[in-house]
Amino acid sequence: MLLLLPGLALAQSQDPTQTVTRDGVTLTQAQEQRAEAIGDQLRCLVCQNESIEGSSATLAKQLRIIIRQHVVAGDSNKSIMDYMVHRYGIFVLLKPPFSRLTLLLYATPVLALILGFLVAWLARRSKIPPPPPLDDAEQDRLERLLKS
Amino acid sequence: MFTAPLAIVAVGGWGFYTILERMEQNKYDPHALPSPLIGHRPPAFNLPGFNGAPGFSNTDLAAPPQPMLVNWFASWCMPCAEEAPMIAQLAKTGLPIWGIAYQDQPDALASYFAQYGNPYTKLALDTSGLTAINWGVYGVPETYLIDKAGIVRWRWAGAITDDVLANGLNPLLAKYT
Repeated sequence: MLLLLPGLALAQSQDPTQTVTRDGVTLTQAQEQRAEAIGDQLRCLVCQNESIEGSSATLAKQLRIIIRQHVVAGDSNKSIMDYMVHRYGIFVLLKPPFSRLTLLLYATPVLALILGFLVAWLARRSKIPPPPPLDDAEQDRLERLLKS
Repeated sequence: MFTAPLAIVAVGGWGFYTILERMEQNKYDPHALPSPLIGHRPPAFNLPGFNGAPGFSNTDLAAPPQPMLVNWFASWCMPCAEEAPMIAQLAKTGLPIWGIAYQDQPDALASYFAQYGNPYTKLALDTSGLTAINWGVYGVPETYLIDKAGIVRWRWAGAITDDVLANGLNPLLAKYT
């Protein structure tokens, strides 16, 4: 039975024509998956660190309903995202788009790499050069000292 | 060789200090979100009123005779009750404040007004909360400043405090009057 259950869940999720009702909207399994994928990328503005899919806030539930209604109406993912950004700004996107505002955010890895190279280069440059090899007289003296 | 890392740490420290200092002075709120509505007119809506009184629509906000506030609130919302004396005080100065009750019931609203008074020049009910979503409202209370051209100039999410009044609203009211 325990082995069967995941199999059943898989079989259910693989039938894209089967309908489900989520937050009062009835849609096909495939549509529900698309709606979940969209909701996962959107921030719940009430709790700010949860996605709309994962939040129990009333506003998140309303936005889930709106997403599903748009999905059923056949709107593209982009137009649904644009609908949210138009109302709540880019903060609603959990993955911020590349823009002037987020330039520093995306440039940070490159800046950190440049900084690392800079530090390594500075460290190499300031390394003390090894002393010149001993001449014959010094070599003789060293041997004498070591023997005594 | 130690000057570069030390300089970076110093700049970082100065940055964090500035952020904390400005948070302390209520000049910077890391949780505040910019409203996409700023610089634009409110989206189209038409909401019913309360107790048989007429509500209002976006066209009523198109060209107010003086700058005005739209205050989103709800009778079930604790910060709204905390904000009520401030709204009442602002209304007494002659500033028109139009209220929109978010996901509220008329009887709950009536007892809220019985307790805190009704300072609103006009009142509308957004029972479904769908107009709020079109405005980008993500919680109550939220207050919008609309200038004489009907353009949204400022949005404050949360209760208006004396600091918000002094640093946020009053300078803008002076600017747009």
